[in-house]
Amino acid sequence: MTGEGAEDIEAIEVDLFVEALRRRYGYDFREYNRASLTRRIRNLVTTFGAGTIGQLTDTLLHDAARLPEAISGLSVPVSEFFRDPASFACLRRDVFPALVSYPQVNIWQAGCARGEEVYSLAILLTEAGLYDRTRIYATDISPDSLARAAAGIFPARDLRDAVERYRSAGGTHSLSDYYHSRYEFSKIDTQLMRNITFAEHNLVTDGVFCEAHLILCRNVLIYFTNPLQNRAIGMFADSLVRTGFLCLGARENLEFSPARERFQIVNAATQLYRLKPSY
Amino acid sequence: MEAIVIGASAGGPAALQTIMAGLCADIHVAVIVVVHVKADTEDLMSPLLDQSGKWPVTTARERTRIEPGHAYVAPPGYHLLIERDRSFSLSVDKRISFSRPSIDVLFESAADAYGANLVGVLLTGANADGAAGMKRIREAGGTALIQDPADAAVPIMPQAALDMAGADLCAPLPELVAALNRMCRT
Repeated sequence: MTGEGAEDIEAIEVDLFVEALRRRYGYDFREYNRASLTRRIRNLVTTFGAGTIGQLTDTLLHDAARLPEAISGLSVPVSEFFRDPASFACLRRDVFPALVSYPQVNIWQAGCARGEEVYSLAILLTEAGLYDRTRIYATDISPDSLARAAAGIFPARDLRDAVERYRSAGGTHSLSDYYHSRYEFSKIDTQLMRNITFAEHNLVTDGVFCEAHLILCRNVLIYFTNPLQNRAIGMFADSLVRTGFLCLGARENLEFSPARERFQIVNAATQLYRLKPSY
Repeated sequence: MEAIVIGASAGGPAALQTIMAGLCADIHVAVIVVVHVKADTEDLMSPLLDQSGKWPVTTARERTRIEPGHAYVAPPGYHLLIERDRSFSLSVDKRISFSRPSIDVLFESAADAYGANLVGVLLTGANADGAAGMKRIREAGGTALIQDPADAAVPIMPQAALDMAGADLCAPLPELVAALNRMCRT
């Protein structure tokens, strides 16, 4: 059957592509779920103007300058401001009151992409009176995404579209207090950026990044196989202070992760967990 | 046959209810549905379809095994994909044809996983999502059923798929249901 034969060639090409990135540059995508990874690689073939995945592999092996573009295409893309407002409302209600007792609060957003959710969080922390004593470490695998996140410049429409979600998340001011618009772009207010540190971190190959009171990793582990998801959950547990919080994406499923045992559930609908005191 | 994947957009809920009501309970396949809904809506489709026929219908959960005799609906706001080990995965990659979940994303990953043991069904809708996915299903040896645009509440989507991929059967809903029952029982 021709269809099946064609599929097999592509599966081989994906394997070789993954192996090339790992051996040449140290980026390890072996434990990414194949369906989405294959889709992203196909998109790269188009954006690179390569005829096949094999040709894309060849380009990347020989031209290191093209690597950041490829990593950007293979990693979690743009999010939205106040994506899943119920999750943010849950942080306000269930997590912020527990953070008040700490003189200094560390928050780790793992997989921050272009920063929409980091800035959303900073807004809510500001309104809760917590931001002055908070340091947010926002990490991502993609240097391109980090550079864009740190610039804090977004299409003006992205922020206009977020007003309703900001309200649902429990926002009490006017969202426009936090950015300045010029033509079709909006720049995040520098006051909001002052306690955020952007840094490269790879959940596959790197270890604990900081000691944190709250870790957010939303819709990142959905791209990982069960073993890699479990590795990340274990690393988050190792990173959290006693009874620290972990917030995942609303549709994530930890039933195949043994490290899940180290957490108790706080809110199932928003996938908010808390490290058990015994750990 | 191992699975039926169904895509629907504008006018989709009523058409999907007709299909779920007509599917025999004793066919040994999994049914997987993408219907375009607003991203912030709750899981409204799976309870609606659960009540439509004899099939248990739930919202698909990532990492879970796909079971025959069960129907699944993509969660609002996420692309739904099928891994080769017959489990679900989710993605928040960018919208396709302004849609997440996208029919193309489900159909293309299903074609890769199931090859010839797959039936794709494309119903009413007002955009071109599903056309590229249907093409891939046919290239992988699967079967394409498309609702007759004249029978669809909105003809644009089935027409786009017919133009790009063609179909093994293009017919009104009752004939599609009969064909599914016939193909999947053997």
